[in-house]
Amino acid sequence: MKKFAVVAAMATALLGSTAVHAADVEVVHWWTSGGEQAAVKVFADALDATGDHWVDGAIALGETARATIMQRALGGDPPDAAQFNPGRQYEDLIQAGLLLDLTPLAEEEGWNDFIRPDQIKEPCLIDGKWWCVPVNIHMQNWAWASIPAFTKAGLEVPVTWDDYLADLPKLKDAGVIPFAVGGDGGGWQISLLANQLILAQLGAEQVEKIWKDADVELAAGPEVLKAFTTLKTLGSYADTGSPNRSWADTTSLVIKGDAALQVMGDWAQGEFQLAGQKPDVDYACLLGPLVAEPKHVRTGGDIFVFFKQNDADVERAQLELASLMVSPAVQAKFNTAKGSAPVRDDVDMSLANDCMKKAIGVLSQPDAVVPDTNQWRNEAFTTAQNAIFSDLIYNADTTPEAAQAQFVDLLQNAD
Amino acid sequence: MTNVLTHDERLESERIRKKARYRRFLTRLPAIIGTLPMAAVAIGVFVIGIAFTVVLSFTNTKLFPDYNLVGWMQYNRLWSTARWVESVKHIWFYGFGLITISLVLGYLLAVAMDQRIRGEDAFRTIFLYPFALSAVITGLVWNLMLDPIWGLQAAVRSWGFADFTFAPLADGNTALLGMIVAAVWNGVGVTMAILLAGLRGVDEEIWKAAKIDGIPAWRTYLQIMLPMMRGAVATALILLTVGAVRTFDIVIAMTGGGPGIATQMPATYVIDSINARNVGHGMAAAVCMLLPILALILLQVGFRLRANRRSQAQ
Repeated sequence: MKKFAVVAAMATALLGSTAVHAADVEVVHWWTSGGEQAAVKVFADALDATGDHWVDGAIALGETARATIMQRALGGDPPDAAQFNPGRQYEDLIQAGLLLDLTPLAEEEGWNDFIRPDQIKEPCLIDGKWWCVPVNIHMQNWAWASIPAFTKAGLEVPVTWDDYLADLPKLKDAGVIPFAVGGDGGGWQISLLANQLILAQLGAEQVEKIWKDADVELAAGPEVLKAFTTLKTLGSYADTGSPNRSWADTTSLVIKGDAALQVMGDWAQGEFQLAGQKPDVDYACLLGPLVAEPKHVRTGGDIFVFFKQNDADVERAQLELASLMVSPAVQAKFNTAKGSAPVRDDVDMSLANDCMKKAIGVLSQPDAVVPDTNQWRNEAFTTAQNAIFSDLIYNADTTPEAAQAQFVDLLQNAD
Repeated sequence: MTNVLTHDERLESERIRKKARYRRFLTRLPAIIGTLPMAAVAIGVFVIGIAFTVVLSFTNTKLFPDYNLVGWMQYNRLWSTARWVESVKHIWFYGFGLITISLVLGYLLAVAMDQRIRGEDAFRTIFLYPFALSAVITGLVWNLMLDPIWGLQAAVRSWGFADFTFAPLADGNTALLGMIVAAVWNGVGVTMAILLAGLRGVDEEIWKAAKIDGIPAWRTYLQIMLPMMRGAVATALILLTVGAVRTFDIVIAMTGGGPGIATQMPATYVIDSINARNVGHGMAAAVCMLLPILALILLQVGFRLRANRRSQAQ
C-alpha cells in the first residue's frame, strides 16, 4: 500500500492539483471465460482497494473488442484503458498521439530493470518511451491432452507429432474426437495452431525468417508444405461442431474427455484449473507443442494502453492502475489465475503448477523466446492469415498447395 | 388621370402577383423544410461518403486517412485474395437462391391467401411475424436448430434414428444453403404481402373474363395475373436484391463466415478489413460492392429516360 500511496502522491504532485478525487477507470478487455474473469477480478479488486473504481468493459472475442476500442478512439471517446496483444496492434494509436506516455512512471519504478525478458519489453518500450504495460507472458506453443481420452483408445499420451498423427484413426475408432479445434473469430485459433505447428516442425530460426524477414522462397518450400499438409490432416479429424466454436468451449471438450487434444495457449490451463483438474492426472500439458525436448516458448500475452483523457483525476487513477498491474503481489495473483507467467522475476510463483514451472524453466534459457507473429506483422496480415488457414482446414476443396500459394502471396504483399 | 390609374392598376396587379408567389412559397415551405434534412443526409452521407470511399480505395490508408495515391494496388490485391473472390461467388449464389426461392414461395403463399380462406388475417400475421425479428435473432435461432449437437440432428437421433445426419452449417459445401433457408424464413412474409397486394389490385373483371373463357385458375395466376402485377413483382425484387447485397448480420449470427471462409460475404470482408485497420483495402472492396448496384440504378435511369422520350414523341 505504501508504494501505491507514493505513486498517487507523485501523480498528484505532477499534475499540480491539491485535492484528490476518486475516479472511474473504464477498462475494455476481452477476458470473458471463467478462468479469465477470475484473473481480471484481481486487477479490479486491487484498483477498487485504492478508492478508485474499475469500470469493467468486457467484450467477448479479441477481434471484436479491438474493433470497438479503435472505433471509440476514432470517434473521440476512447476508454481509459484497453487491452491489446503486444506487437503492432496499437502502432497507429501511438503515431496519432492518443496514448498516455507512461515513461515518467516507468522510470520512477524502474520497469526497465525488472521486466524481463527483453522481448516482453520491446512492444511497449518504443524509442525510449513506454506506451503500454505488459501484464503477462503467455506461452502459446502448448498442446493440452485428455489422459482419459487416450486411455479410452488404449493409447499413451503422445510425445511427438508423428506419434500423435498415427494415433488419430485409433482415437476416432474409440469414439473420441481425435483433434479439438474451434473456428470462431475468423479463425484465430487455427492460425495459432498453424503457427505452433510450423514452429515445432521447422524451428525458431525458420519461423523468424518467414514471418519477420518475409522470406518468400522458404515459405514456398517443401517444409512449409509439409506443415500445411499436416494441418489438412488434422482438420479432417475435427468434429462437426468445430467451425464457429470458441476456444473455451473447445477446451471444455478436452476437459470432459470427449476430445483428445487441443493446441492452445496456456490460458487454456485456467479452464482446467477452474474445473478442478490436475496436470499429469487428468490432463497432460505438452510444450513445443508435441516436441520431445522443447527448447522454445512462443510468447505472446497482453498489454494495456492508457488513452489520454484530459482529466487530472482520471490520469492519476490510470497511472495508479498501470503501477498496480506490474506490482509483484498483483502479478503473482493475476498470473496464477490466468495460467500465464509474470513479467518480472521477483514474483512468488510457489502457487504455480508443474506445467507452468516447466515453461518458466524453458523461458529462463537463452534464446528460448520466439515472439508471436503479431510482433512482426500487423492485424491486416493476421486477419488474412486466419482466413487462409481456416479455409485450408474447413474447405475440403482447398489443397495444401493452394493454401501455401495464398500464404506466399500474402507474405509478398505484406507491409 | 388615366395614366395614374393604370399605374395604380399595375402596382395593384404586381402586388397581387407578389402575394400569390409568396403564398405559393408558403405552401411549398413545409415541403422544402421537410426534404432538407433528407437532402442533407443524401448529399452529406451518401455522395460525400461515397466520394471518400472511392478516394481512400486508391490509397494505402491503415487507420487514419492517408492521401498518397497508390493506384490500383488495393484492387489488384483484392482480386488476388482467395477470401474476396470466394465472397463474391457466395453472394451470387446466395443472392440468386434467396431471391428465386423468396419470389416463388412468396407468390405461392400469396395465391394461397388469395383463396379467401378463413382466418386470412391470422395467417398473414403468422407469415409476416418472422420479419419482425432482426436478422441476428433469426440467425441465432436457426444456428441452434441446425447445430449438430443441439439442433434437429440431435433431436431426430434421440428418437432412434442414430444415423440421421443434418448439419448443413458444419459443412462448407452446404452452409450457404442453411443460410438461405433462414433468410427465406425471415423475409418471405414480406414478399407474400407485397405480391398479395398486387393480386388484389388486379381488376375483378379479368377473373370473370378468364372464367368465361374457361382458363384454369393456375394458368390465370401464372400467365395473366403475374404479368399484370409487374409493379408489385418489381418492388419485391428490388427489396430482395438490396437485402441480399448488404447481407451481413445473418452471417455473423449463424456462421461467423465459416466453416473456414465458406460463408464469407463481401460485406463481412469490408468490415473485417476496416476492423483490421486496413481501411484502404476495405474501401476498395466497398467500391467493388457498389459497382453492381450503380449499374442497376443506371439501367433504371436509362429505362426511364427512354420511356419519357417515347411518351414525348407521342
